[in-house]
Amino acid sequence: MTKEIIKIEDLKREFTMGTETVHALRGISFTIKEGEFVTIMGSSGSGKSTMLNILGCLDQPTSGIYEIDGVSVKDLNRNELATIRNEKIGFIFQSYNLLARTSAIENVELPLLYNSKVNSEARRERAIKALEMVGLGDRLHHTPSQLSGGQQQRVAIARSLVNNPVMILADEATGNLDTRTSYEIMSLFQELNKQGITITFVTHEPDIATFSSRTIVLKDGDIMQDYKNDNVQSAAEELAKLPKQDD
Amino acid sequence: MRLLNVFKIATKAIVLNKTRTLLTMLGIIIGVASVIAMLAIGEGSKESIRTTISAMGSNMITVKAGSDTRGGVRQEASVMESLTLSDFQAIKKQSTLLSYSTPVVEGKGQVINGSNNWPSSIYGVNPEYLSIKVVDLQSGSMFTDAEVQTASKVALIGQTVVDNVFPDGQEPVGQMIRFNNIPFKVIGVLEEKGENTFGQDQDDVVIAPYTTVQKRILAIDHLNQIIASAVSEEEAPNVVIEVSNILREQHKLADSEEDDFHVRSMEELISTFSSTSEMLTILLVAVASISLLIGGIGIMNIMYVSVKERTKEIGLRMAVGAKGADILMQFLIEAILISITGGVLGVLLGLGATVFIEKFLNWPTSVAMYSIVISFAVCAVTGIFFGWYPARKASALDPITALRYE
Ligand SMILES: Nc1ncnc2c1ncn2[C@@H]1O[C@H](COP(=O)(O)OP(=O)(O)OP(=O)(O)O)[C@@H](O)[C@H]1O
Ligand SMILES: [Mg+2]
Repeated sequence: MTKEIIKIEDLKREFTMGTETVHALRGISFTIKEGEFVTIMGSSGSGKSTMLNILGCLDQPTSGIYEIDGVSVKDLNRNELATIRNEKIGFIFQSYNLLARTSAIENVELPLLYNSKVNSEARRERAIKALEMVGLGDRLHHTPSQLSGGQQQRVAIARSLVNNPVMILADEATGNLDTRTSYEIMSLFQELNKQGITITFVTHEPDIATFSSRTIVLKDGDIMQDYKNDNVQSAAEELAKLPKQDD
Repeated sequence: MRLLNVFKIATKAIVLNKTRTLLTMLGIIIGVASVIAMLAIGEGSKESIRTTISAMGSNMITVKAGSDTRGGVRQEASVMESLTLSDFQAIKKQSTLLSYSTPVVEGKGQVINGSNNWPSSIYGVNPEYLSIKVVDLQSGSMFTDAEVQTASKVALIGQTVVDNVFPDGQEPVGQMIRFNNIPFKVIGVLEEKGENTFGQDQDDVVIAPYTTVQKRILAIDHLNQIIASAVSEEEAPNVVIEVSNILREQHKLADSEEDDFHVRSMEELISTFSSTSEMLTILLVAVASISLLIGGIGIMNIMYVSVKERTKEIGLRMAVGAKGADILMQFLIEAILISITGGVLGVLLGLGATVFIEKFLNWPTSVAMYSIVISFAVCAVTGIFFGWYPARKASALDPITALRYE
């Protein structure tokens, strides 16, 4: 039996704004096993980002249980949470969140700066490797303002990969990419998944969901559907089927 | 390793915001520079006062007539006639701690040589005067005790007097001059001393036997002053006591009566002037410290803005694994780097300003090592103190709240 890397039970998240309370998550439960590739779908405002932030230890639930690798997150202090974020989780934000006026390579190096086990040479090496993986080997010293939206997204992906995380949490990581590039990215994720990294991937696009092994659909803070995908498409093959571009 | 990384992050932030950082530093730079320059001026003037006074003879004792408290109408000390030649003789005879002493009578008048004339002061003294005042002669010689006895009309003159009444470069020694119409034979020229710290021209003098000045110029019997030199600087305070006792006995003062004279040592004068200039130094430094404080507040302000402006960045750093301590250190190091760099530049500017003041304004200065050390320490403390609060605030942020901050 593979171990449960994520386990949530009756997870609720409420936002209080003055007298009004927004129920972003209304008590959801599921487990994700090591090595799964899960896509989270749902309409805008259904609570996908809210849930992902909690899974990424960036936010705390109002109530409910969240266990990561068997450890209850509620019992961890700020420093322990920081270490988990640093060593276990690669997070890709919906809005990239790159440091302005900072080169791609330095952006990618960022998580390693807070990892005492990595020295500066290894840091540079790994950052270059991660950027090459997302196809930006020739853009190492460009700052975000000198990169296209898709390229910035790929820098953000490289940053999530650089510290060899156990799981990657991606919030619409292909939202700004054309079909070809998003398939490239998906095949990269499938590759990483094969290497054993657990991936939780928020998306709006149903065709992206076909590359994952499981899909959870949210609606208004509740789970609508949670189904296994028996017919996982290979992103690499789909990519090959796309009409050739002449660049 | 980790701290080194945080240090690099902090330096990078400073480099990215060069202009702003420099403007922030300006407060510190000016603060430190002014503290150093002000202290240098203060120390310099203190030192120069000390050297001038020492040059005037640091073991010199001055006795002046004091106010007469016995009479009904009090009078200015200079017109008092309570100091007499017998007082001088008593002091000379009884004191064991004096090496030289002379009576002094002084007057103002016109020095005339042919068609040239010049207003100056005449001092009537005895030959020991030169040793007390530590003055040498350029030419000629001092009058003798015999010439004092006979009230000879001989005089020595200072360089300023020479310049004004012998404008043609004539050799003054051997010439006749007149002081208030009394003819004097010039027998010597005093060595040039220039102005003292108080701006007095020490070369604008005529020296003659006190007997001559008493009888022929002032027509008085009393003395204006008695000056003497103690055997050593350390004995000066004892001399003051000894001379006071001799004079009290001379003047037959009862225990209940106050002194009708003043005895002062140069040491006292030095400490009087030193304390005045010390007050001035404290004042200057206080003003400079305020600018340093304002510089510190400038740092706090900019760190505060910096934390606000970079809230999103802080959120991101935390999201990828930065701990509160990393963020705290980052901003603290940034603040300290700004203040210390500002401190170094301030020290350099302060030293530059000091050289400028010395060279071009001709003010005596003396840079004290402690002023550099202190202002530097103050800088570092300022950085920590004013950087702490904003940095602390940054480190306490919640990752998601910080990320969402617009
Ligand atoms: N900080 C917050 N304060 C108040 N309400 C919030 C906050 N964050 C999210 N919400 C609310 O929670 C609900 C879920 O938001 P969430 O960002 O999770 O949606 P989403 O599924 O990610 O949508 P999208 O697909 O547009 O990204 C929304 O109604 C939103 O208004
Ligand atoms: Mg979202």
